[in-house]
Amino acid sequence: MAFDEMSGGAPVYGGKVRDSYRGLAKWLADAPEGLLQARSRQAELFFRRMGVTFAVYGDAESSERLIPFDVVPRIIGAAEWGGLEKGLIQRVSAINAFLADVYGKQECLKAGVVPAELILTNPQYAPEMQGRRPPRDIWVQIAGVDLVRTGEDGFYVLEDNCRTPSGVSYMLENREMMMRLFPDLFADYPVRPVETYADMLLASLRACAPEAAGSDPTIVVLTPGPFNSAYYEHSFLADKLGVELVEGRDLFVDDGKVFMRTTEGRQQVDVIYRRIDDAFLDPLTFRPDSALGVPGLMNAYEEGTVTLANAVGTGVADDKAVYTYMPEIIRFFTGEEPILNNVPTWRCREPDALKHVLANLGDLVVKEVGGSGGYGMLVGPASTKAEIESFRKKLINDPDDFIAQPTLALSTAPTLDKGELHGRHVDLRPFVLSSPDGVKVAPGGLTRVALKPGSLVVNSSQGGGTKDTWVLDV
Amino acid sequence: MLSRTADSLYWTGRYIERADFLARILEATIRLAAIPTRGDGDAETVWASALASAGAPKALGRAPTEKSVREYLAFSPDNASSIAACITRARTNARSVRTALTVELWEAINGAWNGLAEQGQPTRRDDFGHFLEWVKTVTLSVEGAASRTMLRNDGYYFLRLGAAIERADNTARLLDVKYHLLLPEGERVGGQLDYFQWTTLLREVSALTAYRWVYRDSVKPWLVADLLVLNRQMPRSLASCQASIVRYLEKLANDYGRRGPAQRLAAERMRAFDSSRIETIFQSGLHEYIQSFLNENGRLGQAIHEQYLS
Repeated sequence: MAFDEMSGGAPVYGGKVRDSYRGLAKWLADAPEGLLQARSRQAELFFRRMGVTFAVYGDAESSERLIPFDVVPRIIGAAEWGGLEKGLIQRVSAINAFLADVYGKQECLKAGVVPAELILTNPQYAPEMQGRRPPRDIWVQIAGVDLVRTGEDGFYVLEDNCRTPSGVSYMLENREMMMRLFPDLFADYPVRPVETYADMLLASLRACAPEAAGSDPTIVVLTPGPFNSAYYEHSFLADKLGVELVEGRDLFVDDGKVFMRTTEGRQQVDVIYRRIDDAFLDPLTFRPDSALGVPGLMNAYEEGTVTLANAVGTGVADDKAVYTYMPEIIRFFTGEEPILNNVPTWRCREPDALKHVLANLGDLVVKEVGGSGGYGMLVGPASTKAEIESFRKKLINDPDDFIAQPTLALSTAPTLDKGELHGRHVDLRPFVLSSPDGVKVAPGGLTRVALKPGSLVVNSSQGGGTKDTWVLDV
Repeated sequence: MLSRTADSLYWTGRYIERADFLARILEATIRLAAIPTRGDGDAETVWASALASAGAPKALGRAPTEKSVREYLAFSPDNASSIAACITRARTNARSVRTALTVELWEAINGAWNGLAEQGQPTRRDDFGHFLEWVKTVTLSVEGAASRTMLRNDGYYFLRLGAAIERADNTARLLDVKYHLLLPEGERVGGQLDYFQWTTLLREVSALTAYRWVYRDSVKPWLVADLLVLNRQMPRSLASCQASIVRYLEKLANDYGRRGPAQRLAAERMRAFDSSRIETIFQSGLHEYIQSFLNENGRLGQAIHEQYLS
C-alpha cells in the first residue's frame, strides 16, 4: 500500500494526519464547500492570462498547453527536509567531482568505480572537454534531482538531471499563485520562501564567471526560442535574474570572445546560462545543421573567456546507466556513505540482470538509458501483452540501452478531483545550485502529480500536473 | 538592449497601432456605406476605398463587397495585416521579448490575443460592430499599460517609436480615403455628401469634438486637413506623430550618447512641417502630398531599422 503524505497510510482523508499536515487538515475542515474548486478555476484563469504554458511537440492543435495545477500543497516538515538537503548537497558535490575527474585524470575509471567503456563510449561524453576545465572548475551549476518516496523514511533518487533541468519556473509561479489564492493559510504556516531562488542563481552564476570578467560580469540566458517547450521558463528566468534572454542569432564570436548584438553595438558576454543541449551549441563543433547555436562558441569556451552553465559534457553524469553507479561514485569522491538511496536497479548490460529482467517484465519499469520525459519507457504492470513483447525484443537486441527498476509504491498526496480530495501519486524535483562558494538547495521544489487515479506517470508531457511544495521552518 | 528585442518591441508597437487603425477604417466605411443618398454601384466604391486606405487596393482581385472586405481586413489568414493577424503578430513579438515587458503590458497583449478566439468572426453587422469596439478597447488597454507601467528607457522608446511611425502612416492613409472616395457626379464639393464624408473621417479618429473646439466652424475640407496634417495639438496629426518620432529618437540618442542618420532624417522632416501651410498643400494636391509623406515615412522606418534594429 502506498504511503500518503497527509495520512501516513492509505490515502483516506478525515482521520489520522501527519504533523506537517495538521494545519492544512484543520483549514480544510473549516473551508466552505466549493472553495477549493472556485480557487482552482481562478488559478487556471490566471495561468492562462499570464501565458504560463508549455509547448507540446507534435501537437499542432494546442501547441501551447497549461500544466494542470493542483491547489492542495505538498508539505515537507523541517526535519524531513534537513535530511534531504544534506543528501542532495552530498550527491551534487560528488557529481561535480566525478565530472572533473572524468574529463581530467580519470582516477575513478582507473580504479574501476565505473566501467571506463560506459563513460568513454557514452553518447553524452564530450571528447572536446577531455583535459579541459571550465572556469572555476564548476561543471553542474544547476541540477534538478528527481526524488520519490515510498514510506516515512524512504526517499529515493529516481534520476539526476545535470544538463538543462527545467521546472523551476513552476516552483516559483505555483508559490505565487498559492499566496494569491490562500493568504490566510500562509499566516498559519511557517513556509520557507522559494523566491530567493533567483538571488541564489544569480549569485552562483556570477561566482562562476571567468576571472577576466571582473566584478560585474555580463550574464545571459540562452534559449532555442519561443517554439521550445520550456520557453516560458527561459523568459521567466531571464526576467527574474534581470539579464538578457538571447537566442543564438543574437550572439557572435570574435577574437575568441562572445558578444551580443545590441542597439548600442557589441557587448561582451561572460556567463551563458544555456538552455540548449550540447549538440546544438556550436554548429562548427557539434551538429552542423543547428541553427540554434553560435558558430565558434566552443572556441571561446576553450579559450576560457566565457562560462557555460551547465558545462559541456555534463550529460555523462545523468545518464540512466551511470545513475546505477552513483552510490559507488559518492563513496569514492566523498568518502561517505550515500545519504540518499538509489532505486534498486538492474543494469541490463549485465547478463544475469538481463535474465532477471526478461523473466519479470510484467512487474518492472524498464527505461531507455538516454530517454527522458517519460518517453521510451515500459511500465510493466500498466502495459499490454503486446507492448511487453515489443519491449522484450528491444531489450534482447540492445541490452546496453536499458535499465530496469521495480515498480515503486510512490507516495500519494491529497489532490483535488471533481471537488473531492483523493490520493494521487507524486514525485519531487528540488533544485541544487553549485558555485565556488558551495552547494545550495532552494527550499522547495517542483512536486509533480499524476492526475489520473492510480497512475504513476507524473511527466507534464504525459498529462501530469504540479503542486506547490512547502518546506516548513519548524 | 538586444537589437532583436528592440526590433520586436518596435513591431509590437506597430501591429497594435495597425489593428486599431483597421478597426477605425472599417467603422468609417460602414458609416460611409450607410449614407442613404448613394446610388447602387456606390457601395462598391466605398468598400474599395477601405481596401485602398489599408494599402491593399487590389488584394481581393475581384469587385469588393462589404462582406469580402470586412472578412479580408478583419480576419483573413491570407492577409498578413488583418486585425486578427496584427494582434497575433504583436503577441508573437511580445512573447519573444517577454522579459522586456511589464506584467501588465504582457497581460494586455496576451489578453487581446486570447480574446480573439472568444470574439470569433461575427458576420452580422451589429456583432461586427461590437468586434470593432472590442479591438479599439484592447488596443487602448495595451497603450495604457505601456504608458502606466513601463520604465522610460530604450524599450519604451522603441515600442512608442513603432507606434508613432505606424500612426503617422495610418493618419495619412485615412486622409487619403477621401481621395479614393470620389464624389459621385452631380454632388457638389462642400455639399451634403462631401460634408458627411469629412465628418465621418473626423469621427473615426475621435476628433470631431476637437475640430469644433479648435476651429469653431462648420466642417470644411481644408480645416479637416489642417487638423490632421499640421495641428500639433491633435495627437494623431502627421505633425504630432512626427514630433513624437523626433522626441523618441532624441531620447534614444541621449541615452546612448550617439546620434545617427535616423535622428537627422527625422529632424529634417520636422522642419518641413514647421514651414508648411495647408493652403499650399491643397494647391499642389492633398493626395500627392500624402503619397510623398508615406514614402518619406517609409524611408525613416528603414533608417531606424538600419541604425538600431539589425
